[in-house]
This record gives sequence, structure tokens and C-alpha cells, in this order.
Amino acid sequence: MLGLSKKDTTFLLIVIFLTMATPILLQPFPEGSAMATFNAGYPDLMQRFAIFGIFAIGFNILFGLTGYLSFGHAAFLGVGSYSVVWMYKLLDYNVLPGLVLAIITSGIFALAIGYISLRRTGIYFSILTLAFAQMSFNLAYSVLTPLTNGETGLQVYTDDPQILMGENAPNVPHLFGLVMRDSYQLDLGGWLFTFNIGYYFCAVIAILAFYLSLRIFRSPFGMMLRAIKTNQTRLNYTGLNARPYTLAAFVISGMYAGLAGGLLAAMDPLAGAERMQWTASGEVILMTILGGAGTLMGPVLGAGFIKYFENIFSKINDTMLHGWFGWMPDGIEDAILFVSHFFVGKSWHLTLGLMFMLVVIFLPGGLVEGAQRIGRLFRRRGRKAGGPEAEAARQRNPGPAE
Amino acid sequence: MSKTTLTRRGLLKSGIATGAGLAVPTIFTGAAWAASHSGFTNAPGDSEVVLGFNVPQTGPYADEGADELRAYELAVEHLNGGGDGGMLSTFSSKTLDGTGILGRKVKFVTGDTQTKSDAARASAKSMIEKDGAIMITGGSSSGVAVAVQGLCQEAGIMFMAGLTHSNDTTGKDKKANGFRHFFNAYQSAAALGPVLKALYGDDRKAYHLTADYTWGWTQEESMVAFTEDIGWETVNTVLTPLSATDFSSYIAPVLNSGADVLILNHYGGNMVNSLTNAVQFGLREKMVNGKQFEIVVPLYSELMARGAGQNIKGIPGSQNWDWKLENEKGARYVGTNAFVQSFGEKYGFPPSQAAQTCYAQTLLYADAVARAGSFNPCAVVEALEGFEFDGLGNGPTLYRADDHQCFKDVVVVRGKENPENEFDLVEIVEVTPSEKVTYAPDNEMFAGGNLGECNPGA
Repeated sequence: MLGLSKKDTTFLLIVIFLTMATPILLQPFPEGSAMATFNAGYPDLMQRFAIFGIFAIGFNILFGLTGYLSFGHAAFLGVGSYSVVWMYKLLDYNVLPGLVLAIITSGIFALAIGYISLRRTGIYFSILTLAFAQMSFNLAYSVLTPLTNGETGLQVYTDDPQILMGENAPNVPHLFGLVMRDSYQLDLGGWLFTFNIGYYFCAVIAILAFYLSLRIFRSPFGMMLRAIKTNQTRLNYTGLNARPYTLAAFVISGMYAGLAGGLLAAMDPLAGAERMQWTASGEVILMTILGGAGTLMGPVLGAGFIKYFENIFSKINDTMLHGWFGWMPDGIEDAILFVSHFFVGKSWHLTLGLMFMLVVIFLPGGLVEGAQRIGRLFRRRGRKAGGPEAEAARQRNPGPAE
Repeated sequence: MSKTTLTRRGLLKSGIATGAGLAVPTIFTGAAWAASHSGFTNAPGDSEVVLGFNVPQTGPYADEGADELRAYELAVEHLNGGGDGGMLSTFSSKTLDGTGILGRKVKFVTGDTQTKSDAARASAKSMIEKDGAIMITGGSSSGVAVAVQGLCQEAGIMFMAGLTHSNDTTGKDKKANGFRHFFNAYQSAAALGPVLKALYGDDRKAYHLTADYTWGWTQEESMVAFTEDIGWETVNTVLTPLSATDFSSYIAPVLNSGADVLILNHYGGNMVNSLTNAVQFGLREKMVNGKQFEIVVPLYSELMARGAGQNIKGIPGSQNWDWKLENEKGARYVGTNAFVQSFGEKYGFPPSQAAQTCYAQTLLYADAVARAGSFNPCAVVEALEGFEFDGLGNGPTLYRADDHQCFKDVVVVRGKENPENEFDLVEIVEVTPSEKVTYAPDNEMFAGGNLGECNPGA
């Protein structure tokens, strides 16, 4: 189906199912229960899962396939956001023109930055991209303030031209009248599920982005990119020029980043300069490595993981901790609160850092490797056994799973 | 005996089947747009109401954020009838009786703005979408306040600004759903002008270092306007990034510029660092143009004074409020002592001006809801517009309807030469009455904005 092998089709269907069911899957605890804090099924966070998923998928096309570690992808994210907000300001609140412009401008940026940076490999390439990203950040932050509104962030004002704005057009981001912030809420005996238009918009785009990346992974072009990662010198000796391939990969992943940035502004009509800071570039690297670089699903998992920590753990405060541990004797409760302080609330970075260390040390292949190990645990019995059982196992699992 | 083997395909099949099975009833049962039955976003239930406290817990304004959070917790305690009631007893409006707001117990959620507009909006959104907050308050940076105020306007939630001092918050970026109790850059400069003239004369050359965002810009604009009014000359203005921690490269050029006054349009950690750098470079001992070199910090706070230590001595600036106000300037500032006492009893030290404005904002919101008899943002906006009150520590105050800015006295302070203890670091030089710092709503420094219509959301 769709030019995919049977296995990949199944894989894609699973991804589609998971994406579509996210509002239900992320809301496992009933409202009002003590565990409700850990629910993540609210529109803003789900949108972020999808958007940063796209960002990480795109980054993985460059880093996972060619091995080129870019430290400057946040620049494209920012460019995408600014493009969309400018389209709001000039045309109207329809997100489509902005998103198209976001992909185009970030593509042009990526072409320019990639053309120069890709003359070097390895650490020099990383440093070059980092330099370009910091340059873009500083331009956006203080030099080009008429274009970007500096630290305050670019916003839409009532006196902006908005030449396409109709009489009754919504004055929040929408797609031909479908307002992004609108949601349908479903109350099911304590469980509250929110189906948000903006999320499903992002989700559909994320699935398309995932499909495209799947095709790239399986294509001869993808094979060439993998060859570059494996041994570029050997590739050069065979008479192939690798640079057009890497440049193409760089531009594609830059466009993915621009699309993600555009979607951020499509969900929330504001573009801030800090989106372009190097920490944002670092974040996407963390996402990719945490999930599993070079795998299809890994970056998406990593993105979800990090965004979950950022938005859920950072909100746990003393009152909540007190609510959970209040039944304990005072001394023990104080001790637990004292220790917890290092891991929740504003210290959520520490928890994330520990998780990251654990994953890198024990699961170098990221979360995907963890899932594979668990999978193997269940399968091993079938495959290692002798006789008819092994035969059956072989028929069941023709090849190692992705 | 049958043997169950777990295969990927089997697992998926059953998983999908279960998922579909779970999803079926949703088609039949769901029918209501949950938010719409009450007419506005996040209408609270009958027993409790959730407020969202969105403050910087990390970044250059983290100290202020921590103090704001303490004040919010205290305010919630007082609204729910706990503690000694603080300023509830001195507040001129008597609708709040310690039974929560309209009989609903007040609960709160907190979030970290990281002093970044993006993070602040994400945090505010999660409060609105996940926790059902009916009002968002906080912010220790005007960039953040402006961004979150915009978000609240779109979402149909009330925004009670915390510490935000930029003219833009109630100027070009003002919004119908947003209200500011704190004073602004214009009022600081208007109050400081005459004091600076008296202290340093009318023939000075000023050099500005300015935090590069909305607050810094408007603070600089206001200070330039008012110092030039008293005859000073502006030598140069330099923008510094908000995230900077070392300002030595910005201080060095001051020495050779011929300026004899350095105006630091910095706040929080920025100001502590830039002032320390300036003192290290020996600026305060320098004689330029035959005059002693001076440093001015237009927006001051006790927390910054504590951070800057010895370096702050003798440096003038302005504050929204100070904890010694009632003791030194009399009963006009009633409420101050009541608040300082209950804050001090709970936390062991006096509150900062950030704490006071946040506490006051929470009470003002609760009172407006009580007077309006509804949580509907449009009713609350109506109750707050043109509201005159007293007893919250700042003397008689007006919430002006034209721009949702509070008008009250401004405190001019300077670093104390011989502090008695670590909390008594600033002395009150003068209190500028509110008439002197009142401006027309269409003043050019506030032009370009439009409140728009109040938005109840849903």
C-alpha cells in the first residue's frame, strides 16, 4: 500500500492509530483523582507532542541517516514561526499561507546555511551550524527587532493590515474557518477526553511527515545517505560526490523544522526569539538520541518523553507533594519532600538528565532499543527452541523487526 | 492444555480491537461542549475555584518569582479564612469574608515561566486547558506579561499582571482582560526626575545601559525624556541581552564616554550583576567633568538590594511599595503593616514589592468577583474598571478604566548607608503623590494600543 512493504504498512497503520487515539491514551487517570496530575491529554501538550515529533523526525533524516550532527536546527524552527505570524499580520488568520511560507523560507535558509556548513564534516560542521544558529538568534533578538519584535515576541495587533480578513472571520488561527483552539470534550464517568481541532490538524501533518520520512528511509536516496554515514571516504573514492546528497538531506530536515516552527505559531499566534536559541537545538538532539537515532519511531518517542517531563513534572509543587505524602509521619514526610525537591517543580531538568544518562548508558539505541529488548524477551523462547517450534517461530517472524 | 504465545501481531490486533471497543461508547454518550453550558471558559464548579500562578522559578528574575509565589500562597490562605487575614481587614472593600470566593474554596496551580515568553505561554495554556484555571496571574518580566496577557485575552481568561513595569503592558499591548496594579516606567521616571535634579543638579551627562526587551525600551525612553526635561544630556544608550550575566564589556566604554551618570535600566539578576561590575570598575570613585560619578537604578527592589550587598549604598531608584511605608510615612499607607506582619510570621522576613503587588492583585480579583457576583470575565472587568480602593498598602488607588492601570503614589528610595539588618537595605527618600505621576490615557509613550472587547471565551 502507498508504495510500502507489508511490514511498513502495518507500521504506518500503528502510528496512525496511536496518533489518532492520543487524546484517549494520554488520559489514563480520572479527573479529580490524585494521579490526574500525570494526565497529559490536554490540547497544548498533545499539540507539542505532534509538533516536536515532526521536528525530531526531520532532524533524524539528517542526523540519523547521514550522521551529520547539526546544532543549528532551532534557527529553522524560529524562521518558520516568524513566517506564519507575519502571514497572520499581513493576510489573515488562516494558517495555510503561513505554513507554506514557513516551509519555503526555512528551505531557503537551510540551503544557504547547508551550502556553507557542509563543506566541513564532523565537529567542524556542528560548530558551523551552531554559529549560524546563534547568529540567527542574535539577529532575531536584537538586530532585526522591527521584523521580530525582539524578546517580547512577534504578535498580531489589531491595527495590522490583515488584508484578506473577512467580516466574520475568526480572529484566532484557523483553517478555512476551523478554529484551531476549539475542542470537543467528552465526559465519560470521571474521565474527561479532549478532542482538539488544532491537535488533529498537527496530527495529520505529523502522519504525512512520518510517511514521507518512511519513504525516504526506504528509498535509494536513503540508502545513499546511510552510505555517507557508514564511510564517506570510501564513497568518495568510488567517484561519488556526497555533498549534493547531504545538502538535500539538510534542506529537507530544515524544511521539516520550519514546518514544526510554523505549526507552533499556528497553534499559538506568537513567535519568540528564544525558539532559535541553541538550547532549542540541543533539545531536538536530546529527543533524537533519547528515542533512538536512525530509527523511525525513536525521535517521536523522545520528543514525547521530553515534552512530557517539561510540562508535567515542572508543575508538581509543594502543595501536591504534601497531598500525596501527607499521611506519613511528619519526619518521614519532610525527608521525602526534601528529596523530591531535587526532582520535581523547577528541578525537573535533573530528573530528565538522570533519565538521559540511564538511557545512554544502558540503552545506547534509545527507547526504541528498550522496546526491542522487551519484545525479544517475549519472542526468545519461540526462536531458540528446537524442532517444530523453531520452524513455527521462523514462519511467524520472517525477519528481525525494525 | 492450550499455550498462549504473545506475538506482535496478536498483541496489536487485540490492542486495536480493545481500543475500538473502548471508543464505541464515546460516539453515543458525548454530546455536550463542556465549556459552553456556563457561558465562559473554565466556569468553576460549586465547591472550588482554581487560580493559576505563573511565575519565573528559573532565570534572571527567579528571586522575584519565589517571593511572588509566597505572596500568592498567603493570599489564598487568607481568602480561605486561614491565618490572620492580612490585608483583608484593612481593604476598603468588605466583600471578602474568608470563605473563599463566592463561597468556593480557592485552590491554585503553579508554573514556571522561565522568564521566556514561549515557556510562559505554554505554562499558562496548560493551566487553562488542563487545570481549569479561571484567572492567571504572575510574571516578573514585561515581555512575559505581555505575551501571557495576549494569550489570556484570546482564551477568555482574566489576567492580573504581577510585577511588570513596561509602559507597553497597559500601553500599546493593553488588553481588555488584563489588569495591572504595579506602577510603570513612565511613573518611575516622573517620580525620579525632580529627585535626581535635587541630588545631582541639572547639568549632567547620562549613559544608559538597557535590558533589551519591552520593559528596558520603555524604561529607557521614559528616563531619557524626564532627565532631558531637567536639563541632562543623554550621551549614549546601549542595549544588553536579558540573559547576560557579565556586563564588564558594557561597562568599560562608559569610562571613556565622558558621561558622569550611569543609568542602569536593569532589573533582578541583571541589575545585581551590572551594578557589581560597575562598582568593580571603580565607577563610583571616579570624578568626571569635575563631578562625582553617580549610578541610578530606576526600578529598585529590596531583593535586588540584598543581592547587590554593599554596592547598592546611596544609589537612588523608585519602588511601587516598601515594607516600611506605613511606619515611616503614616496611616495613609494602611495595610502595609498588616501584610508585613502576616508575611513575616509565615516566612520569617519582610515581603518585597513583588510580593505586595501579587498579593494585592489576588485580593482585587477576588473582591471584583464577589462584587460582580460572577466569575464571568466580562463581569469582573466591569467591576474592576474605575474601581477606587484603599487599604492595600499603597494609599488611595484608582484602577483606571481607559487602560486598566492602577494610579497610586510612587516611592523614591536609595540604598541605605548603614543598614541595621539584612532586610533594612533601602531608605525612603520621598513619596511622590499619584497626581504627579498621572498621565493622559493617550500619552505618546502609551499610544498605539487598543483594549478591545472583554472576552469571556467559550
